[in-house]
This record gives sequence, structure tokens and C-alpha cells, in this order.
Amino acid sequence: MLPVLLTGCVRAHAGPGFLQGVRTIHVTIKWTSFHPSHFAFPDGTVVRFVIRNSDPIEHEFILGSKRVQDHVEHTAHLQHDGSVPGQITIPPGALRTTTYTFGRPGTLLLGCHLPGHYAYGMRGTVTVSA
Amino acid sequence: MRRVVFVVFGSVLATALVAGPALACGGLVSPNGTIALVRTTTLAAYHDGLEHYVTGFQFAGGGADFGSIVPLPGVPTKLIRGGDWTLQRLEREVNPPPPSALVLEAAGAGSSRSAVVLQRKKIDALNVTILKGGGFAVGKWATDNGFRLSPDAPEVLDFYARRSPIFMAVQFDATRARARGEAIGDSIPVHVVIPTSRPWVPLRILALGAKAAQPIDADVFLLNDRTPAMLPVPRGVPELGPAARGLNVQVSEPASAGLMTDLRSDQGMRWLPKSGMWLTYLQVRARASQLRYDLAIDASGRARPSPVDAGLAQPGDTSVPASGNSLWGLWLAAGLATIVFGVAMRRRRSARMAL
Repeated sequence: MLPVLLTGCVRAHAGPGFLQGVRTIHVTIKWTSFHPSHFAFPDGTVVRFVIRNSDPIEHEFILGSKRVQDHVEHTAHLQHDGSVPGQITIPPGALRTTTYTFGRPGTLLLGCHLPGHYAYGMRGTVTVSA
Repeated sequence: MRRVVFVVFGSVLATALVAGPALACGGLVSPNGTIALVRTTTLAAYHDGLEHYVTGFQFAGGGADFGSIVPLPGVPTKLIRGGDWTLQRLEREVNPPPPSALVLEAAGAGSSRSAVVLQRKKIDALNVTILKGGGFAVGKWATDNGFRLSPDAPEVLDFYARRSPIFMAVQFDATRARARGEAIGDSIPVHVVIPTSRPWVPLRILALGAKAAQPIDADVFLLNDRTPAMLPVPRGVPELGPAARGLNVQVSEPASAGLMTDLRSDQGMRWLPKSGMWLTYLQVRARASQLRYDLAIDASGRARPSPVDAGLAQPGDTSVPASGNSLWGLWLAAGLATIVFGVAMRRRRSARMAL
């Protein structure tokens, strides 16, 4: 398990047998921000995000391209039950998990699209390297 | 016990839970982030160790409920309906109507995970609840009870809960308002009496839910036995300390006999002394991003308002941030200049003596 970092960038390094395993990353939501909010993984990494919402309000963890972010931001608010990888709603004080496979090199975004949250700055990035 | 009265009267940008109604010195959230620009009023007063907090909740139409959260410096011992004209009378004191209007008026005629509910009371169309708890607990109670908090609410609630775990949640019952025949623009004053030795005025809460560049307007009135010491220091006050950005003193003078007589004649206001009060009128004209502080008051004559009560320091931390453009810099520069001058003179004298 990677150490939990409150700030900065979490980087996962591929090692022997890494692709067969699932990495677990802990993310804390506090004051409408992700901690950490920036991640880096090699392509092919499977990550199980364990997200704790320490705020008294509901939040979302939406992982995907800018197109995904724009779509979720501009569509009616839905509860994300985790059936879509990398998309989960976290109630106040709750802990939820979602697992995502980073397939191709590039940059993905992370955000919460409850009203006003993304504009407030509740976002992050995931850099996927080759 | 020292005899102090401080009065706050605010006209603020309020946010409503559902478009329509608005409120005073509290923070609210609308479902889609819209901010209702509505003038509302708040009065907080401090006398003989009791803070009297009177705030007006204005019915601005619409059929939905709304709510407000107001941080308080202590647990209230009394929760009653406010007087009918206190807030209006204060406003008129600094914004008098033109002489012709006066004539017409004369002729014709306000860290547990669960919050503990300390008190509930219905006042006209308002459901008022006094809560005790940390930021999370109070926020959770609010969301569980129909409040929709803005994205900045968790941080702001923590900001207040570190200092005082007491909050007042006010919910507007539109159905009851209609049944009572409330008209749009009607204001329901609430009067809260809080025993405390350290009164402060919540200002940061005014910016709850507002965007960084959004203007926040509020009028703040203080009534004290003597000129109060304030922290942070508003513009126009010759005191030392960090500057209160966007907070300006407009009036600082003895309270008129007419004002005191009128205030005392309103419902529940007999506790005010008859005379001898000092009136300070401040205007908040700030951007939301500037309102990161509250206003700590020390009217004891010791001139030591608390940095913690001002939100400038954490409880237990006595250091005061030395930022801003108050007289700190001027006094510091003057002090340094005096020291440098003194040292230079001594060196000169020493050099002369050596010769």
C-alpha cells in the first residue's frame, strides 16, 4: 500500500508483479478539496481509491477525461453508485471505494460536480505515463 | 461588572436555501448557488455580561422554506421575538430621512459527530434551533434538516466551531408565513441573549456561499460605554493591529438621547442604559475573499480585543498576524526611526567625546 499523503502528488511505480495487483490509494476529502489531489501512475495500473469524506456535505469522486468532467458538470445531478469505474458519490462522513484501470498515457481529471463544487476548486489531475 | 453595550446592525448579502426569502448575519445556501441580494438586518448588543443579538429575517416571497446558520459566542439563555422597530431605528440614526419625510411621518403617525440541540423555539414563521457541536456535527445536522450548504461551508463552520461550538439555525416556514399573512418584505426579528465575557461579531459568515469577487455590504453599529477597541482594525481608527480589509468606520460619537430613548421603548429593549453610550457605525464594503475575519470587541478600556475572537489566531495561539495596512507599519517605522535616531545621536556624542 502506498503511504497516504495529504498534499502533493502520489506516484505509483511499477514493480515486479505490479500489473497483476491492485494498488490502493487513500484519498481524504476535507473542506471541499481532495487530499491528495494530484496523482501519477504508469499505464495499466489498477487503482482502488478509498475515499473518506470528512465534510458534513455530500461530495463526488469523478475520474475521467475533460469530456467526462464536462458531461457530468452539465447534466442533471445523479447519485453515482460506483457501477461506473472511477465515479462514486460519498455521503457526509462516509467512506467509499472505486476501482479504476489507467489504460493509456495522458492526463485525466478528477472532480466533484455537485452544484458549485467544481468551480470552487474541488478538482485534481491524474498523469498516466507510458 | 463592566457596563458595555455593543450593537451590530447589518445589511448583508444573504443566500437562501430556496430562491425567495433571505436573512441576516448568517450563512445560507441556495440549491443552485445563486445569491439573493437582499438587505437584511442584525443587531447584537452587549451589556452587563450579556450579549443581545437581534436579527431580522425577511420574507421575500416564494413558496419554499429556507434556513440560516448564525455562529454565536455562547449558549443563549433567552430566545424571544425581537422588538418591532429597533433595527429600523438604528438604520434611521445613520441614514435619516429627508426633512420632508420626517414631517409626513410625524403627521401620519427590529467535536462530537452529532450536534446537540440545546433549544428549539418557534417565532412567528421561523423555527429557531440552538445547536452545540463541531463544524462537522453542525453541518451534518443542517444537511439532515433540509439545509443545503455551499462548498465553502465545511471550512467556515470549522472556522467558527474552533472558537465556539454554539450555532443558531433558523428555518423559515413558508406555509406558516402564508397562514400568518406575512407579506413580501416583512421582517421577523429574533432576539437572542447570550451570557459571555467576550463578545464578537460574526463577519466572515456573511461571505458564505459567495464567490471571491462578490461584493459584501453590511452596516455594523456598536454601542459601548466608551470607544471600543476593535480587532482587526477598521479603516479610520487610530489603533494598532492588523487592518480589517473592507471595514470602514463612518461614525464615532456619543449616542444621542433620542436614539437611546427610542431603542429602550421597543419590545424587550429595556435593558439598554438610558444614556452614556458611544455609537460607532461601521460599513462592510468588502469582496467576499477579503472577509476572512470577525470583529472582536474590547470595550473594557483595556484595549485588548482577542485575536482568537477575531478569527486571526487559533485558540491557544496569542500571536497576532502583523499584516494589513493599519497604523502598525507607521508606528513601527516611527519607533525604528526613533531608535535609529537615538543610536546615531549617541554615536555622535561618543565620537565628540572621543575627540
